[in-house]
Amino acid sequence: MLVEQIAVFLENKSGRLAEITAVLADNDINIRALSVADTADFGILRLIVDKVELAKKVLKENGFTVGKTTVIAVEVPDRTGGLATVLAAIRDAGINVEYMYAFVNKTGENAVLIFRFEKMEEAIETLRREGFTILSKEQICAL
Amino acid sequence: MSFSRFQHSTVQYWEEEMETLPRVGLEAIQLRRLQHLVARVYRTVPPYRRKMEEIGLKPEDIRSLADLARLPFTVKNDLRDNYPFGLFTVPMEEVVRVHASSGTTGKPTVVGYTARDIDTWAGVMARALVCAGAGRGDMIHNAYGYGLFTGGLGAHYGIERLGATAIPVSGGNSKRQITIMKDFGSTVLLSTPSYALNLADAMDAMQIDPKSLSLRVGIFGAEPWSENMREEVERKLNLKATDIYGLSEVMGPGVAQECLHTDRGMHIFEDHFLPEIIDPESGEVLPPGEKGELVFTTLTKEAFPIIRYRTKDISRLYYEPCACGRTLVRMEKVTGRTDDMLIIRGVNVFPSQVEHVLMGIEGVEPHYQIVVEREGNLDTMQVQVEVSEGVFSDEIRVLENLSRHIQKEIKDLLGVTCRVKLVESKTIQRSEGKAQRVIDKRSI
Repeated sequence: MLVEQIAVFLENKSGRLAEITAVLADNDINIRALSVADTADFGILRLIVDKVELAKKVLKENGFTVGKTTVIAVEVPDRTGGLATVLAAIRDAGINVEYMYAFVNKTGENAVLIFRFEKMEEAIETLRREGFTILSKEQICAL
Repeated sequence: MSFSRFQHSTVQYWEEEMETLPRVGLEAIQLRRLQHLVARVYRTVPPYRRKMEEIGLKPEDIRSLADLARLPFTVKNDLRDNYPFGLFTVPMEEVVRVHASSGTTGKPTVVGYTARDIDTWAGVMARALVCAGAGRGDMIHNAYGYGLFTGGLGAHYGIERLGATAIPVSGGNSKRQITIMKDFGSTVLLSTPSYALNLADAMDAMQIDPKSLSLRVGIFGAEPWSENMREEVERKLNLKATDIYGLSEVMGPGVAQECLHTDRGMHIFEDHFLPEIIDPESGEVLPPGEKGELVFTTLTKEAFPIIRYRTKDISRLYYEPCACGRTLVRMEKVTGRTDDMLIIRGVNVFPSQVEHVLMGIEGVEPHYQIVVEREGNLDTMQVQVEVSEGVFSDEIRVLENLSRHIQKEIKDLLGVTCRVKLVESKTIQRSEGKAQRVIDKRSI
């Protein structure tokens, strides 16, 4: 139930994000979700794409430092309190969130939350127990 | 494991007699050659003669090797002042080749060679190759730059003299270099150590496993590098990394070479190049084993001999016998340069110390640059470090911890607070020749 995520190191200088997206587009790689975390000096671009290995390979070939990690994708109804219920369950289980980002799917009915937890296995167990929908890689790509 | 990979030359020395001569005999040869040299430059090179006359020294005053210390030093500026050919001792009709330094810090310096100088050079370079374990049958991949720089052609003539196969690939175009290594079966690599790491990066990007290549030995020189960097090169290229020393003012590559029996220094071919270690401040000659500035006098060069040339390289000399059987003195790996030294808020900083810190941190690569600036009246030092896959994380916290860790280690070792800037992999300029480690933007 883990989804693979690509992370790319970025210095804060103009044009880098454009370069990355151009490389992905040239190789017919579709971005499903992304977020950028940044500090004064550098940023980390996190991407969920349909072709993970290819994306890693072509970005590396273009000189980027690329990492691959796993994240959990949770689908919740797109209404007030959707995120709050997930975070409450996680808090009650005593699990820390390393980072998260979210997007709303095309139909607009559901939101997809991407999480990296301190304890991934425990988090999956908790989310399942509480009845949340965890999306597979295929489901994310099909959205 | 193919046979060719472990095919070793059976030759242990190139010129056994000279390389294993008892020191008494060696010193007698050195003295005789020194006396001839001093007499010749006194007669033929006005700048040398003037310098000797200023201190009332005559060629016949050189009676023992200890009298070498009475001769005036030659410095880089003497070469610049006499640019281009003012220090040559023979008419240009006898000069068959010239080389020149890059001149990044001023006018280039020019050196010249007679046919016999080229022959001597090929001989000492062949000695260096044999000393590093190369021999006939080796495919020697020469990635030193060919051209005005002495590295490429100097090594090349030695390879041919030895009777190994020269692959004159020169510097640059790393992808092609690796394809050639693979297809031609290169067994010995000659390059600067920073370029060797550059090649390792390129192999990684091309997804070529160095274990699938035939490389056995690397002969790396032309810039100072640390023991940590040696381990890195050995691990990443799967070869034995040896150190070579040379500089154009003295000859070019082949002045000294590490053998396979010691990790304590390079054998100086001192029947041709007479070394001293001096205190860079006072100019006094230091006893064996003490650290200071390396000084060379060429004993056999014809077109461009040089007396007591201050190299600005920091090293020390070991006269103890070596397990390889050579009686030639060893010089310690160059640990820095007298002019490399940065003074930051009154603290002496050598780039090699920063490198040492970086290489001590798991996953960090030795690609770095130091940027020094002055804000108001205060010096600031920024250390730029590339984020390699080995240290990259998708969590900001991990990378911030890394830069704090580097900062603390530098502060602990050097006593200087620096700012660490993480930069993208492969964005610090890879030299095809010498790596530029320091950018000093202070205008003092």
